[in-house]
Amino acid sequence: MVTKKILDILSTVTDPEIPVLSVIDLGIIRDVMVNDDTITILVSPTYSGCPAMDMISMNIKLALITAGFHNVQIQQVLSPAWTTDWMTESGKQKLKGYGIAPPVGKSFDKMYLEELEVACPQCHSTNTTVISEFGSTSCKALFKCNDCKEPFDYFKCH
Amino acid sequence: MHLNINNLLSLADDALILGHRNSEWCGHGPVLEQDIAISNIALDYIGLARNLYQHAATLINAGATEDTLAYLRDVIDFKNHLIVELPNGDWAQTILRIFFFSQYQRLRYQQLLLDTDKQIAAIAEKSLKEITYHIRWSTDWVLRLGDGTAESKARMIKAADYLWPYTEELFVDGFITKREWLATIEPVFLEATLALPSTKQLLQKGIEGEHTEHLGYILAEMQYLQRAYPNSEW
Ligand SMILES: [Zn+2]
Repeated sequence: MVTKKILDILSTVTDPEIPVLSVIDLGIIRDVMVNDDTITILVSPTYSGCPAMDMISMNIKLALITAGFHNVQIQQVLSPAWTTDWMTESGKQKLKGYGIAPPVGKSFDKMYLEELEVACPQCHSTNTTVISEFGSTSCKALFKCNDCKEPFDYFKCH
Repeated sequence: MHLNINNLLSLADDALILGHRNSEWCGHGPVLEQDIAISNIALDYIGLARNLYQHAATLINAGATEDTLAYLRDVIDFKNHLIVELPNGDWAQTILRIFFFSQYQRLRYQQLLLDTDKQIAAIAEKSLKEITYHIRWSTDWVLRLGDGTAESKARMIKAADYLWPYTEELFVDGFITKREWLATIEPVFLEATLALPSTKQLLQKGIEGEHTEHLGYILAEMQYLQRAYPNSEW
């Protein structure tokens, strides 16, 4: 019961860089452990250097304290390494609605971005080209649409 | 295999110093996309350095934190390889260093996956995904500049000649052999129509604290705030 309540609260905590995604949508919550009045939350960072991670941990604590859980510990889990496979389906839909192309296919592998069919989040054309493997944040790449000519962010498979 | 604390600090120092060097490009990249790319790569390195320093701090104890390790050690205490502390130079030298170092790093971190210290293995697992991006990105640039214009090729040759002696040091601690590293470099150089420079052995060892003059300048800039205002926080 408590765990369910905590998960509901977590689904209101969003990524400061992509505010439509909750930490649940992102798939970075690995476990919630309740031990009497102590709550331990296991979080997997998306990228090692993601500057949003410290803020996300703080926001999780704040949300839980506001809801009356005062003894909250956040533990970072590096293994297994976070993958976009853990992102929820609804999270992917929200990304698309927000104008960011969601990750295509499963898991990070040797596949090059040039070989992917990434649909333009504006006009849905798959006639798109990669501009840069690194976008405005670590988790995104830059693409452009050859039909509607709009540049857009693609959330990389990782 | 189990790493000693100097091996661990060497990994962390490599990541911090190369991250710092790459961050010097932030706002100065040749085009916006590449400025963003190299700043992202710098962030990956600094994130990796934080993970390694945090872990080292728990092993060292005695009040060590990621911040004391990064900001309160002096030149002689740093165990990074010399190649990461060299100045950025031009874009050719910058991307070639990332290429050389990332190829070494991939081999090294694949070994670390099997380390008996589970936290080190976990850090390696996390970082290998990011290292793969750095290899792809820098390989693209080596091909583009090496097999590009007369000017870009000349700059690549100059960068390779400059960096080459420092690559020797990557193999002196015996974790990675030069042969396995060369096997990752040669095919890309061949495709980029670049010749491998002739090897000159460099005797100075950054991993034993014998640094070039450049590291002192990096630390002076990077550590200034903690030295001038001890224990200050954001
Ligand atoms: Zn379009």
